Amino acid sequence: MDLIDNLILGFSTASTLWNLFFCLIGVLLGTLIGVLPGIGATATIAMLLPITFQIGDPVAALIMLAGVYYGAQYGGSTTAILINMPGESSSAVTAVDGYQMARKGRAGAALATAAIGSFFAGTVATFLIALFAPPLTAIALKFGAAEYVSLMIVGLVSAVVLAHGSVIKALGMVVLGLLLGLVGTDVISGAPRFILGIREYADGLNFVAVAVGVFGIAEILRNLENEHERSVLIRNVQGLMPTREDFRRMTAPILRGTVLGSVLGILPGAGAILAAFASYTVEKRVSRHPEEFGKGALEGVAGPESANNAGAQTSFIPMLTLGLPTNPVMALMSGAMIIQGIVPGPNVASEQPALFWGIIASMWIGNLLLIVLNLPLIGLWVKLLTVPYYILFPIIMAFCSIGIYSVNSNVYDLYLVAFFGILGYALMKLRCEPAPLLLGFVLGPLLEENLRRAMILSKGDPTTFVTRPISAGLLALAAAVLVIVFLPAIGKKRAEVFVEEGA
Amino acid sequence: MKIIHIDTTNGLCGALFVVLGLFFAYQSWMMDMGTALRMGPGYFPLLLAGILLLLGIIVLIQATRVASEPIGPLAWRGMLLILPAPIFFGLTVRGLGFLPAIFITALIASFASMRMKPITALILSAGVTLFSYLVFSRGLSLPYRPFGPWLGF
Repeated sequence: MDLIDNLILGFSTASTLWNLFFCLIGVLLGTLIGVLPGIGATATIAMLLPITFQIGDPVAALIMLAGVYYGAQYGGSTTAILINMPGESSSAVTAVDGYQMARKGRAGAALATAAIGSFFAGTVATFLIALFAPPLTAIALKFGAAEYVSLMIVGLVSAVVLAHGSVIKALGMVVLGLLLGLVGTDVISGAPRFILGIREYADGLNFVAVAVGVFGIAEILRNLENEHERSVLIRNVQGLMPTREDFRRMTAPILRGTVLGSVLGILPGAGAILAAFASYTVEKRVSRHPEEFGKGALEGVAGPESANNAGAQTSFIPMLTLGLPTNPVMALMSGAMIIQGIVPGPNVASEQPALFWGIIASMWIGNLLLIVLNLPLIGLWVKLLTVPYYILFPIIMAFCSIGIYSVNSNVYDLYLVAFFGILGYALMKLRCEPAPLLLGFVLGPLLEENLRRAMILSKGDPTTFVTRPISAGLLALAAAVLVIVFLPAIGKKRAEVFVEEGA
Repeated sequence: MKIIHIDTTNGLCGALFVVLGLFFAYQSWMMDMGTALRMGPGYFPLLLAGILLLLGIIVLIQATRVASEPIGPLAWRGMLLILPAPIFFGLTVRGLGFLPAIFITALIASFASMRMKPITALILSAGVTLFSYLVFSRGLSLPYRPFGPWLGF
């Protein structure tokens, strides 16, 4: 069995002491920063990205980064439950019933339910990835330049659809991201582009600096807008172990959430967020006590948390098999791969099987570490919530500075952080989502390269994109998605979903 | 005459798109276009800049019609003190050396909050510096000089 062999390879790679160590560090650091209110998984990963470059070994670096991702998500739900302040939108749903449970003195049970649901969903999703990644990779290997162009267009269009707010603005963000991705030396002609005479930017804008600026710094600035006291409801979390009744109530929601999350997570855009909302709606509808929802229903924590985690995990599928990041976190991961000298895409599985399967196996190990470590450490995380914010961000700024400098020892990268920090903050204030921008930034060079190649292969005939069947199918999909989002009825529904989310 | 009301958030956003679109379009225009068959370095960026410009104009038109969410409060103090922190680090890391640079960087960032007291800021920055020395110099052995030439080292 190929699958078994591959999983054995993966687990033997991921469970070396060296890799386990980095997985552990990643999970701990991720939880540590993820717990801090107002800092979501994306900002956490962006800020911890530079540290992973010091490792030097791509497998360990990516395993650590994946660990940071799960850790940050887990930390985010802890914050959501304990102080009703979701670190990111996907745990916003958890905050609804989780916080109410905490107010009733059942914080322990809510946290444990979230952990158990996440672990179960993570386990299922890991096996789904192992199952579906190879056939998808095989299809992707048949892709030519034209198909890649069309595929990237699908990815970018989907990112636009699932962004909050105005579709036009999200489109603008994608285009701006693509343009920023082109800054640097043109690979074909060697001509410098948009560098304004600054030779230090000839290799392109440093991805880490852009990500830290747009997500990390902008986030810090937003938190500084109004500094108010956070009240931590629970100083002591007790009764961590769910009762038998709790277990009975959480089983079905966890199963349903896992299925929903696994399917929606593959979609480009914000699959995990969508999954969490969908799961909450489903649970409320099938429940025999819908009136309990919003007042501390265990199902309202179990379902969305499982869906969220399953979605977070299956969103690795397009990135690992097609090299196509579908959300900002995956854009960060693929940026990390590029910096480690690995070109994300279908070739990764065949050329670097140990890396590919090692990452997949480490997802499960990371989830296991989370449940084993975090439940006992919950007291520590609660204490962390009481650390005032003004103590935290000078520390974050100092480490960001060292971290970014350490990537290339280029001081111009530090100026870039400040520039993208202010740009990111301005865009945030103008209600533009930064996620499509980062996606565009990562895909910009790839899109241009494949576009040029496709045009050369077709001898300058642009109809190549619609005469090749796979490419035509993908473009039709992108067009359909765009048409649907501009239809008034859907637009209204979409607005409702995001309004609910913002509430 | 009817007064045209322009929504601030969308107006600024559209203007930003237009300015950026024009900037990239102008820069691309100066480069070799090539043909559709063999695209030059300017071809694809010009296309994108054109789209950005167009989107900016659409947002501007929308701004005259519908009101959107207000911009809300701005973190002026944060911007004034957070943004210079990495710039200061970049300017001084080679000259002052890595430890003094990180100390002052943390100190600058500390005062971005109104709640920070000077004593706390000093202790915090010293702690960050010590931690950085242990982790980055000792632990990860990054090749940065702890103290630089400006200090006579």
